[in-house]
Amino acid sequence: MPTGSGWLSPAGSGRSLPGRGLLLLTVLVLLEGTVFRLGAASTPDVSGHDTKDHHKATAIGHNSTKKAFPVLDLDYGHIQTPFEISLWVLLASLMKLGFHLIPRLSGIVPESCLLIVVGLLVGGLIKIAGEKVPPVLDSRLFFLCLLPPIILDAGYFLPIRPFMENLGTILIFAVVGTLWNAFFIGGLLYAVCQIQTGNSSELNGLGLLPCLLFGSIISAVDPVAVLAVFEEIHINELLHILVFGESLLNDAVTVVLYHLFEEYSGVGTVTVMDGFLGIISFLVVALGGVLVGAIYGILAAFTSRFTSHTRVIEPLFVFVYSYIAYLSAEMFHLSGIMALIACGAVMRPYVEANISHKSHTTIKYFLKMWSSVSETLIFIFLGVATVDGPHFWNWTFVTVTVILCLVARVIGVVGLTYIINKFRIVKLTTKDQFIIAYGGLRGAIAFSLGFLLKEDHFPERNMFLTAIITVIFFTVFVQGMTIKPLVELLAVKKKQEAKRSINEEIHTQFLDHLLTGIEDICGHYGHHHWKDKLNRFNKKYVKKCLIAGERSKEPQLIAFYHKMEMKQAIQLVESGGGVKMPSAMPSTVSMQNIQPKKLPPPKTVERALPQLPKGREEEIRKILRSNLQRTRQRLHSYNRHTLVADPYEDGFDKFILKKQKIIELENKIKEMNNYLTVPAAPTDSPTMSRARLASGKETDFKPAQQQKESKICPDPQAFSVKPDSDSVPIIQVDLASPQSPDTVNVMDEFRRADQEENQGLMMRCPRGPSEPKKSEDTEGARDQQKLMRCLSDPGPSADEDEDEPFLP
Amino acid sequence: MGASQARTEHPYQDLMDKTGCNDMFGSKEDLASIPALDNNPLRKQIITAFFDKRNQHENQVGFFEEIGFEQFVMVMSHFRAPTLKTSEEEREVMRKEKLRFLFNMHDTDNDGTITLEEYRKVVEELLSKSGALGLEAAKAIADAAMLEVASTNVPHMAPDDFYEGITFEHFEQILKGLEMETRMHIRFLDVDTTTMRCGKTTS
Repeated sequence: MPTGSGWLSPAGSGRSLPGRGLLLLTVLVLLEGTVFRLGAASTPDVSGHDTKDHHKATAIGHNSTKKAFPVLDLDYGHIQTPFEISLWVLLASLMKLGFHLIPRLSGIVPESCLLIVVGLLVGGLIKIAGEKVPPVLDSRLFFLCLLPPIILDAGYFLPIRPFMENLGTILIFAVVGTLWNAFFIGGLLYAVCQIQTGNSSELNGLGLLPCLLFGSIISAVDPVAVLAVFEEIHINELLHILVFGESLLNDAVTVVLYHLFEEYSGVGTVTVMDGFLGIISFLVVALGGVLVGAIYGILAAFTSRFTSHTRVIEPLFVFVYSYIAYLSAEMFHLSGIMALIACGAVMRPYVEANISHKSHTTIKYFLKMWSSVSETLIFIFLGVATVDGPHFWNWTFVTVTVILCLVARVIGVVGLTYIINKFRIVKLTTKDQFIIAYGGLRGAIAFSLGFLLKEDHFPERNMFLTAIITVIFFTVFVQGMTIKPLVELLAVKKKQEAKRSINEEIHTQFLDHLLTGIEDICGHYGHHHWKDKLNRFNKKYVKKCLIAGERSKEPQLIAFYHKMEMKQAIQLVESGGGVKMPSAMPSTVSMQNIQPKKLPPPKTVERALPQLPKGREEEIRKILRSNLQRTRQRLHSYNRHTLVADPYEDGFDKFILKKQKIIELENKIKEMNNYLTVPAAPTDSPTMSRARLASGKETDFKPAQQQKESKICPDPQAFSVKPDSDSVPIIQVDLASPQSPDTVNVMDEFRRADQEENQGLMMRCPRGPSEPKKSEDTEGARDQQKLMRCLSDPGPSADEDEDEPFLP
Repeated sequence: MGASQARTEHPYQDLMDKTGCNDMFGSKEDLASIPALDNNPLRKQIITAFFDKRNQHENQVGFFEEIGFEQFVMVMSHFRAPTLKTSEEEREVMRKEKLRFLFNMHDTDNDGTITLEEYRKVVEELLSKSGALGLEAAKAIADAAMLEVASTNVPHMAPDDFYEGITFEHFEQILKGLEMETRMHIRFLDVDTTTMRCGKTTS
């Protein structure tokens, strides 16, 4: 077994070189072990033979004594299949791990390329070891196990608003573009084959229909490859959704064309009638797939309405319903991908309103994990299958295919954009067109479809497979590697990471209504009109059915606002009580700068605050609790690599340091500008402790516990607090100061929350009265730490998508 | 009328002839009688915007009693979209125009700033269809938004300073992420005139 140590070159910083070297060594060793195991997969009797021989020898040697009791036995066949699967998955994950340890490499070469190379290596090693390469990219395995997680991940987190806004464009690219590609490539290949009649005999027998079939297989843009490459280049949202949406929606076209040509290749002719049936079939496949997906999505949403008592299995419903939707669609030869996308997109807004926060995190993480592993495996298998597959290299065929693919794509995109731009408001520039054309990557779906072809129907199958693999390699390696520098070179607009502010949200809504109104005045039934109608239908009927409890009536703006303030609260709390400003710009503006100046109200004032209806209070508490652990930063979640690590884990040292400063920074906290208004519990239950900004002015709202002042502060109500000065209650972050009983309150409340609702806030914080006389450091530190632990949650980064309702 | 008026009038001249709308366009009641507007939370503001003299770009203030087709078109011209040929400066101008339109809708007393009260009203109207729940939240949301504007635009204020209201510059600043020139548009230039109706008819 070759060791890896000599292979290590002093690349990169020498800082962690030994560590990295060690890991690579381990990886390689495991690789070898894997290879042997995987190679041994096809010869399971080897070990069996060994034992038998051994026993025979023993028997002969000892002359019919009975067999020795086998203390240690080797029975590989027993566990063979799960073991192999696990080994493959382990290999994939270790590879992923390894790549990210070599920073420069992962910056230059996209991961997909590296994985294919690894696959090639593994396949080569297996072959060298003399074992038979397992048919890993068996189409059933691919389509039923490897593909669904990726598609579900994409569909569940599909950014609905940009998708719907560009749906027309996407559909035209997907349907017309793919058709154009298929016929162009197929037709020209047939022409080339005819020309070649005299020269090479291999291409002679290639009929028109097999050519068209090949064209339809190779023409589809692959979602897996597009995702893998586009994830790393952080391109702007419009281009991303155009290419990605196209890769998803062209599945229907591919399915229909594939089946059409495959069916009739045997017969040899396709009549007009068949073509017509093909078109009908396309509509059935596409719409049927979407319908199946939508039905299961609604079922899932409906089921999630009742899961308030069994929170643990909530994610399971999401996964199982989606998978069944996919399988059902595949059963009828409808488009499984579209079913999966429809299911995920339809169920998401309702399910998210119903499930607990932890379930939401679980779903997110599981989807990302499965899709990540799937993608890795697919690329590795591509490499392995390349080494293995029976190849038939024909220079003409392959080179013509590659060239035609590129040419067809460019012509298709340019031509279609010219037509599309007449109808679009945001026109697609030449740069955009280039990126769209260049981003048309082919991937494993094409290969699997080719693999599915039966040899007896298609004697040219091997040639097809070789050509497909060449195209895939070309697009993934050449286009995948160069797209990043090209994006930089052309200065294509990149993704904006800006936070969505509440002003923008207000005005987005405002614009929606305004434009709808203007359209109504014109009498013109445009986009906004129908969107508005759908929204109203959604609110009136659908939400009532599918969302449990009070959340069904929550207007979108308020939901958005809740989320924002929770995020702010978490941020403030975790940043140690005010050292880090939540907004990008440090600002000393606070509420009193905004409120019109009024006479200070008399100190002793009896406030009879209106009671919130009981249900609303309960709901607010539920919202708060379930949202308290929500996320901080906001990135689009279709980037798998940026699930941000918990800042707590990273910054714990910083917190320890900060606690020293916290006491002296109380003054700074007073300057805090925060508009958070966390609602609190009703009078009869313990005060919800909120993060508190001690600003010390009249506008403060101190919790009921602090009865030191003569103010009688009844229930800290949420939005209906109306102190005389007409100011809004502020969230105050004051965990730092150990004197304030608030520090205890936080943990208190959480403990109570835990007792009351069992909603996953697991904390065991001791409840003790805070003694102001204790040494501030230790108390503050301990409380702080406990609080940090309380609030830390391996939460993934927030995404904009979370905040967008069904049809914003 | 100014040059800008002539520019927008031309494409609509034939539209006006085709739809047969007369010069006297209508009063507020006519517009208010459009049934489709009933569900719109911003109904009043939209109708008021048509009668707002500030939107006519003639530096007048106040409100019309009745508007004619020219005034109607002038208001509608705020909803044009940029084409591929629109230059960068023209886009800037367009954006400013549209933002100005929105600003005028918010700034009802025409003092040049959107005060907290006015902003609160805006949010309340938005949430007006949501019942009592919305009204309570509206205040908090408006305050939060105001605070955000203030902290973005005037980061360092002494505790005793008072932020009067959102000026037009601040308004531009906070909304610059939205790309107004492409968002605020209606495709009514492509529309088939048979579906166009005057506001007077009941649809």
